[in-house]
This record gives sequence, structure tokens and C-alpha cells, in this order.
Amino acid sequence: MLVIIERQPTIAFFSFQLINMKQKRTALSPEEQKLFGDLMPEELEEVLDSGLHRRHFLKLMSLATAGLLASHLIGAEQLFARAADIDDIQDLIPGAIENGVNLSFNVNSKATKVLVDSRMTLLDTLRERIGLTGSKKGCDHGQCGACTVIVDGNRVLSCLTLAATCEGKSVITIEGLAKGNELNPMQAAFLKHDGFQCGYCTPGQICSAVALMKEAKEGQASFVTKDIRAQQQGILLTDEEISERMSGNICRCGAYPNIVAAIKEAQTGKSVEQNWLFVG
Amino acid sequence: MNPFKFSMAQNQSQAVNMLVSNNSAALLGGGTNLLDLMKEHVAAPTELIDITRLELKTIEKNALGISLGALAKNTDTANHPIIRSDYPLLSKAILAGASAQIRNMATNGGNLLQRTRCSYFYDIAMPCNKREPGSGCAAMEGFNRMHAIFGWSDQCVAVYPSDMAVALSALRASVRVLQQDGSSRNIAFDDFHILPGQHPEKDNSLKHGELITSIEIPENKLAAHSAYVKVRDRNSYAFALVSVAAGLALEGARIGDAHISMGGVAHKPWRALKAEAFLKGKTASTANFRAAAKAEMAAAKPLSHNKFKVEMGINSITNALEMALKG
Ligand SMILES: Cc1cc2nc3c(=O)[nH]c(=O)nc-3n(C[C@H](O)[C@H](O)[C@H](O)COP(=O)(O)OP(=O)(O)OC[C@H]3O[C@@H](n4cnc5c(N)ncnc54)[C@H](O)[C@@H]3O)c2cc1C
Ligand code: SF4
Ligand code: FES
Ligand code: FES
Repeated sequence: MLVIIERQPTIAFFSFQLINMKQKRTALSPEEQKLFGDLMPEELEEVLDSGLHRRHFLKLMSLATAGLLASHLIGAEQLFARAADIDDIQDLIPGAIENGVNLSFNVNSKATKVLVDSRMTLLDTLRERIGLTGSKKGCDHGQCGACTVIVDGNRVLSCLTLAATCEGKSVITIEGLAKGNELNPMQAAFLKHDGFQCGYCTPGQICSAVALMKEAKEGQASFVTKDIRAQQQGILLTDEEISERMSGNICRCGAYPNIVAAIKEAQTGKSVEQNWLFVG
Repeated sequence: MNPFKFSMAQNQSQAVNMLVSNNSAALLGGGTNLLDLMKEHVAAPTELIDITRLELKTIEKNALGISLGALAKNTDTANHPIIRSDYPLLSKAILAGASAQIRNMATNGGNLLQRTRCSYFYDIAMPCNKREPGSGCAAMEGFNRMHAIFGWSDQCVAVYPSDMAVALSALRASVRVLQQDGSSRNIAFDDFHILPGQHPEKDNSLKHGELITSIEIPENKLAAHSAYVKVRDRNSYAFALVSVAAGLALEGARIGDAHISMGGVAHKPWRALKAEAFLKGKTASTANFRAAAKAEMAAAKPLSHNKFKVEMGINSITNALEMALKG
């Protein structure tokens, strides 16, 4: 479950920037210090004294906690997933790349400026340039939903969105759903119901499900809606409705029954039993 | 992806001018089809003109029916209160396509212009007359299970994939286009998409430099009796093997007018003209529905791997008409 930020711009051109970035590595946040102290109290002093910085800390944590990080420490993921070094990226010289586009938008409630190649998708921009690696690249062709993010309130596929089209827009990714260490109810429901196995599709599933709650509230219809002409707001979604409306998110591990249960629980706020009936 | 210049159009005439001044420029709607094709090097425009900020997003009633802005999203169109109550066939067809995420991105204009999903078209190592005129058609003797049974030519056997367009065909819509000289023209839906003939590289009658501004649907009496049936390899998020949009304008127990179009069977939405003609004035009954379906499908010319589509077509038309009758 541990998300490590490894920002390695794939474009060789950017490598000269790395030297600059490394010097400006941000220090550990108080929350990160506390978490580290809880897990490895003896090492904390040493880590702080030796002036280890965040990137090293994250690497250390990944080694130290492999297999150790119980799900009650899930909030740790949020800490690690905060974007690093966003300021460094702004330093790029605009004319330095062919067809560069200067982009200002809002990512997880933070005003963000970044120079992108016109060809760059929103997904690659989030992952490679802004350090938000929660959104996943499953297929890069709109066929799996792993890259789902919420743009101006609506779920979309970041792999088929050009970053340049996001000027002035507001993007929410999986990293932006929790409030501090408090999980979004949909995240909590996915945890409770084991709405995942390998977890690869999960950020997309959760972003998709969060936006689905808004769609249901607004009364949007789906292909399985019984009477499309009758219109009402605040629809309570049946299993069939959830499956149809979540069909844009493929789960190779087949955690579907758990995902449906989690979404039901998040929507109703009531404890939901899993439905193990496989309809074929 | 090839390098391209990214431009944003502020208004319609600017979009057209930008397009006219660069022969290899393309308009960018939701990008859900164009970007995919660019990643596969099937499309390689040197300039993308983002038109999503144009004010062509309204859906409004007019004297003749309803007008759908070309830049309105598929989701907003399917969920518009008037579309849901008066043109539910369109809502259903849109919602049968793609996924919630893609429908949130896809524009009405872009949907009409989406290209075939023929896998040989997508694979640049394969011959394909649509992608590269004169190179041959890999599907003709290859895997053509998903391909056409009507209207194909010796050059191309691809099918056109849009669900939305099948409903628009049944609803006898038209497409409004802004031309290079600033004037507009209306293209009847039947004439908008074209059969492959000797020029499969062309999907429709739009010219470079033209901008779709809206889709116009005439008023109809089908709302209470329409249905969209889509048969596919999985329950959701899959393209149609066969789909049918059906609407019945009833006069008592008799059919005043039947509207039937099919998807997944041809290079364009296939108006089932023979079935429509057969049903006019007849009693609305399963026997008549099946007879009409058979009359339509008798002219089908299946390929080596898609003979099943003929029987599937008969059943799907019958089924859609029964559902439409029930309401
Ligand atoms: C995985 C997947 C599954 C899908 N499943 C289905 C399905 O089951 N059924 C279905 O119907 N569709 C399906 N789709 C296709 C989807 O509906 C289309 O990609 C979408 O409707 C295209 O709209 P867009 O706005 O994104 O078009 P774009 O990709 O932006 O544009 C498509 C084309 O239209 C041109 N264009 C756009 N707007 C205009 C305009 N106003 N005037 C002139 N030219 C214009 C562009 O230049 C481009 O050539 C699927 C897509 C994916 C990726
Ligand atoms: S069917 Fe058409 S699109 Fe497919 S390979 Fe043949 S020419 Fe190309
Ligand atoms: S990575 Fe975007 S849909 Fe698969
Ligand atoms: S949890 Fe593994 S793909 Fe969904």
C-alpha cells in the first residue's frame, strides 16, 4: 500500500533540472516525523540529525516498512503521497521545448503552474511532472479507467486528456480526497470492504466512485435505469446500477463484489453485507 | 505522438479560419478518439485546435424540434430533462456507449466523427485502405467478426461504431455545419455518413475546414414507444455487435410510422428502410415485427466470420420493436 514518490523525468532533457531540484529537497513534515518516530523510534534522532531529506526518508521507509505497514496506518500513504518539489518544475525555460504550453491549473486545491509539452497527457503531467503518482496508467487508451481523476467535478480519463486543455480547471486526484489524515468516506469504505487486491485499479475506482455519488445525487441516468423518462434526484443505487455505472473501471483482480459493497455503504452510510452471488 | 502545435479557438469563425489555414490541422473536442488515434500514429495532425471553449453547448427547443450544441458533452445531452422526456431513445443510445468517464469528455460533434474500431485500422503494421488508401484491406480475409454485413465494398468492410448516431439516424436528425465562407449548411443524417465505396478513407461528407455547430432533431411522436437494443460481448463498456434503435408512431393498434436504424452492421448507421416500409400501416404485433426484420436482413451480405449477425439482426430488430411497443 505504500506509495513512494520517485520522480524520474523520462525526458533526458530535464535532467539538468534534477541537480537544482535535489538541493532544494524539502525537509520532513511534522506528521512524517511523528509517523517515523512511531514505527522506528530509535532511528528518528539519527535521521533528523544526519539531515536526511524527504526523498531519502521515503526510500528508507519503503524498506523499513515493507510488510510492516498495517492498514491502520493507512494514513501514512497520504503523507507520502504529498507532491514534492512542485516549485522546481516552474523554473523550466518556456522556449526550451518545442510546442511548450504554459499551464496554470488547480491540482488538489493547490494553484499549480507547469510547462508541458503539447503532447503531454494530464496523466503524465500529474505523475511525471507534479509527482502525484496515485493516478495509474493501465492502458493509456481509455479502456481501463485506472487513470480516472475528477476535473471540475466530473470523472474523466486523464490518459485521454491533454494537459494543455486543463488551463484554469480544477483537478482532484486520489491524493486530494482525504482531509489531512481523515479518509474520504469512499476510501474508508473501500478499506473496510477490501475493495481491491493488488490495488492498481483502486485510485481510479475510488475517484470514479466519488464522482458517481454526485451523479446519483443529481439524478443522472444510466443504461440500466428502468424508466429513463421519469426524472428524480438523489437516486439510491442498486447493485445493478452500481455495476453499470462503474463499468468504466476494470479490475483485473476481480474485486467487483467488494467494490459494489463499498460504494453501497458509502452511499447509504449504513453497514452493507457483501453480495457474493455471481450472476452469469 | 507526432509534435503538434496546440491552439485554442475563442469563437467559431476563428476555429474555421485556423482549420482552413492549415491542411493538416484538426479540431479537438473531448479528444477521446483523436488522442487515441494519435498515440497509435493513425492520426498525425500538425496542429490541434481546442474547440471545447466555444459556446456551442446549449440544448434547446426550437420551432422544428430540438437543437443539440456540437460541444455539449454526451453526458449532459443524455441527461437533459427535455431529451429524457421527449427523446428518450437518444438518451438510451448515448448511455449504451463507452463509459461514464468517456461520456463526460465526449462531445456530440466528436461522437459523430469517431472513426471505426476495426483493429487493422488501428494497427499501422497492417494494410488498411481507410488509413492508407491503396494498401489493401486486412480485414477482408482476416478476422472480420466485428465487421459489416451491409453496404461494404471490395475496399473496406469496417463498421461505424457510434451508438448515439444510430438513434439520431432513427430520429431522422440533421447536422448543421459552418462552412469556410462563413455560411451554414444542413446535412440530412442519411447523407452525413457515407458507404466506403472506392474511398474508404472518407467516413462522411464533411469537408476540411468545416465545423459542426449543432445536431437538429425534428419533433416526433415516438417518446412513449421507443427502445435501444445493444448486443455486445460483455454487458457494458463494449462496442456493439449489433444494435437497433426503434421507435413506433402508433395510430391505435396500427403503426403510423416505424423508425428503425441499426448499428454494428455497416459503414454508417443503417436505416432499415425495408423494415420501415413493411410496417407502415400494419398492426403492431410480434409476427409483423419479425416479418419486417426478416425483410430487412434478407439483403445482408455477411463476411466469413460474421454470419451470426444476420440472425442476431432479425432477433434484435424484433426485440427492439417489442420493447418499443411495450414502452
Ligand atoms: C474505450 C472506449 C470505448 C468506447 N465505447 C463506445 C461505445 O460503446 N459506443 C460509442 O458510441 N462510442 C464509444 N466510444 C467512442 C466515444 O464515444 C468517442 O470517442 C467520442 O464520442 C468522441 O467524442 P470526442 O468529443 O472525444 O471526439 P474527439 O476525439 O475530440 O474528436 C473526434 C473527431 O471529430 C472531430 N471533431 C470534433 N468536434 C468537431 C466539430 N464540432 N466539428 C468538426 N469536427 C469535429 C475531431 O477533429 C476528430 O477528428 C468509446 C471510446 C473508448 C475510448
Ligand atoms: S475493413 Fe476498412 S478499416 Fe478495416 S482494414 Fe479494411 S480498409 Fe481498413
Ligand atoms: S490508463 Fe486511462 S483508461 Fe486506462
Ligand atoms: S485490485 Fe488489482 S486490478 Fe483491481
